[in-house]
Amino acid sequence: MMSIDTARVRAVVRKELRDYRRRRSIVVTMIILPVVFLIEPTLTVFLAPAGTNLQVPLLLLLLIPVVTPSTLAAYSIVGEREQGTLEPLLTTPLRREEFILGKASAVMIPTLVLSYAVFGLFLAVVGIFAKSAASAAVFHQGPVLLAIVLLIPLMAGWAVIVGMAVSVRASEIRVAQQLGMVASFPPLVAVILLALGVVHPSVRVALLFAGVLLLIDARAVSLVSRMFDRERLVTGNRAARPGGTSRLWRGRSG
Amino acid sequence: MEGVPEVTFCPQAAVVVDRLTKCFGERTAFSEVSFEVARGEVFGFLGPNGAGKTTMVRTLGTLIEPTSGMATVAGIPLAPDNAVEIRQHVSIMPEAPGLYLRLTVTENLEYFAGLYGLHQPAARIRAALDAVNLGDRAGDLCGGLSKGLRQRVGLARTLLSDPVVMFLDEPTSGLDPVATREVHNLITNLRQSGTTIFLTTHRLEEAERLCDRVAILNTTLRTVGQTEDLRAQLFTKTLVVQTLESLGDPGRLFTGIPGVDGWRSDGPGSYVLSVPDPRRVAPEVTRGLVAAGADVVSIGEAKHSLEDVYLELVNEDVEARGQ
Ligand SMILES: Nc1ncnc2c1ncn2[C@@H]1O[C@H](COP(=O)(O)OP(=O)(O)OP(=O)(O)O)[C@@H](O)[C@H]1O
Ligand SMILES: [Mg+2]
Repeated sequence: MMSIDTARVRAVVRKELRDYRRRRSIVVTMIILPVVFLIEPTLTVFLAPAGTNLQVPLLLLLLIPVVTPSTLAAYSIVGEREQGTLEPLLTTPLRREEFILGKASAVMIPTLVLSYAVFGLFLAVVGIFAKSAASAAVFHQGPVLLAIVLLIPLMAGWAVIVGMAVSVRASEIRVAQQLGMVASFPPLVAVILLALGVVHPSVRVALLFAGVLLLIDARAVSLVSRMFDRERLVTGNRAARPGGTSRLWRGRSG
Repeated sequence: MEGVPEVTFCPQAAVVVDRLTKCFGERTAFSEVSFEVARGEVFGFLGPNGAGKTTMVRTLGTLIEPTSGMATVAGIPLAPDNAVEIRQHVSIMPEAPGLYLRLTVTENLEYFAGLYGLHQPAARIRAALDAVNLGDRAGDLCGGLSKGLRQRVGLARTLLSDPVVMFLDEPTSGLDPVATREVHNLITNLRQSGTTIFLTTHRLEEAERLCDRVAILNTTLRTVGQTEDLRAQLFTKTLVVQTLESLGDPGRLFTGIPGVDGWRSDGPGSYVLSVPDPRRVAPEVTRGLVAAGADVVSIGEAKHSLEDVYLELVNEDVEARGQ
C-alpha cells in the first residue's frame, strides 16, 4: 500500500465511532450480544456436572467477533450511500486505502475490545468464583483458549472484509446486513470442527487454523479493495461497464 | 490542425477543459466539451435535465473518469495520479448536501477538516460557519435542521478548505426564496473574495445575476460567453413600439424611417422593428410616428433574457432530435 495519511484514517475512525454511539440499534446490540454469549458458557461451567465437554461453550465465545462486526461493516458503505454522504466524502483527498482502513478499523476496534473483554471477563469469573475442579477444567483447555485468542481478530477481520464487500454492492441496508451476516459464518467451520471433536484441539491445530485464516483474510483484503472504485461507489449499481472507460484510466483511481 | 490535440497551458485558468467526453456504456453524458474558467470567475453551467452537468462536475472533481479528452483543474492536469492533489485544491457541493444527520453541525465540519488535514480546524470551522450565518447553530444535530439550513452547512463544508475552485451543483434547488437569496448573497461575497465558482443551475435568472460567464450544455456544449454577448449573437436587436390605435399603414411609415431594417405587427397597436442600433433609431421612430399623427404609448428596446437564449438553443436541439 502506498502513502497512507494516518490523520485522515483517524478522522474516519473518530467519525464512525461517534456515529455508532448515536445509533440505538448498534448500542443495544453491542450490549446484548456479549451478555448473551457470556451467560451461556458461564452457566455451563458453573452448573454442568463434572466431565462435561467444555469446548462447545468456550467456542461460543467466538460468535461475538463474527456477529458484532458483520452488521456494522455491512452498513458502512451502503448506509453512507443511502444518506447521500458517500459522494461528499469521496470529493475529499481521502485515498481508497485510507477509506477502507478507516472504515475497517472503526468496526474492528469495538469488536476486539468487546470480544477480548468478554473472554477476559469469562476467565476471571471462572477463576475467581468456580469450584476448583470446574475452573481447572477450563484452564486445562489450553489449545482451545489459544485458538480463541488467535481466532478472535481473524474471524472479526473476515466478517469486516466480507461485510464491506457486500456493502459496496448492495443497494439497500437491510439486504446488506442479512447477506453480511450469512457471509461472515464460513470461518466458523473451524470452530465446528473443533467443537464436534472432528479435529482434536492442540497448539499445532490452533496455529494452523489461525495461519490459514490469516492467508484467506489477506487475499480477501486485496480482492475487496479493488471493488472500492470511486466511480462505482458514486454511481452505485449504475456503474459504467468497462467499455466506457479509456485504457489510460482503468483501475487506477486515487 | 485537425486531430492534433491542442494542449492549452494557461496558469491563469482555474479550469481548462479540452474535448472532454464521458460515456456510460452506450450512453453519452457529454461529448467533446471544451471551455475555460478564469481564476476568480463565477462560471454558470446551464443545461436541461440529463444534459451532463453533474457528470461534468464529478469528472472534474476526479470522482468519475473521462472517456477521452483532457482537462486541467486548479492548474493540475486531470489524471489518476493527480487525483488526490486535485481533490485537495477543489471542493464540491453535490446536488444533495449529504450531511451526517446524527452528528452536529460542528462534528460534520470537524470530520471534513480532518480529511483535508487543515491546521487550526476550530478557527476554520468557526469562520466557515460565520460566512454562512450559522454560528449560533453549531451545536445542533444536522438531522434537526431545515433543508435551507442543511444547504448552508453544505456550503460551509465547501468553504472549509479554502479551495481554488468551488463546484456548486444546483445549490439553490428546492430552497425557498429567502434561503435562495442567502445562498446568492454568499456566492456574491465569495466572488468578491476571489474564489472561482463553477455553478450548475436550472435557474436562469440566478445565472444571469451571479455569473460572469455562462455555458449552455446539452450533451455537447451549445454556447459559452457573457450573457450580453450570447444575446447579441442569437437575437437581432429590436425596438418595441406601442400605439393607442393601430396604425393606418405601418409598412410605409416604418420602411420610410432610416435605420429600420424590418418590421412586424405583434397584435393591435404593437409593432416590433429590427434595428441595428436601438438607441440611435428610437428618436427617429418617435419623430416619424408623431409626424404621422400616431398616439405613441411607449417605445423601448426589447430585452432578451438569458431564458430566451437558453430556450432558443435547447429548443433547437429538441427540434433537431425530432427530425
Ligand atoms: N452512472 C451512470 N450510468 C449511466 N448513465 C448515467 C450515469 N450517470 C449519469 N448518467 C446519464 O448521463 C446523462 C447526464 O446525467 P447528469 O446527471 O450529468 O445530468 P444533469 O445535467 O446533471 O441533469 P439534472 O439537471 O437532472 O441534474 C443522463 O442521460 C444520465 O442518465
Ligand atoms: Mg445534475
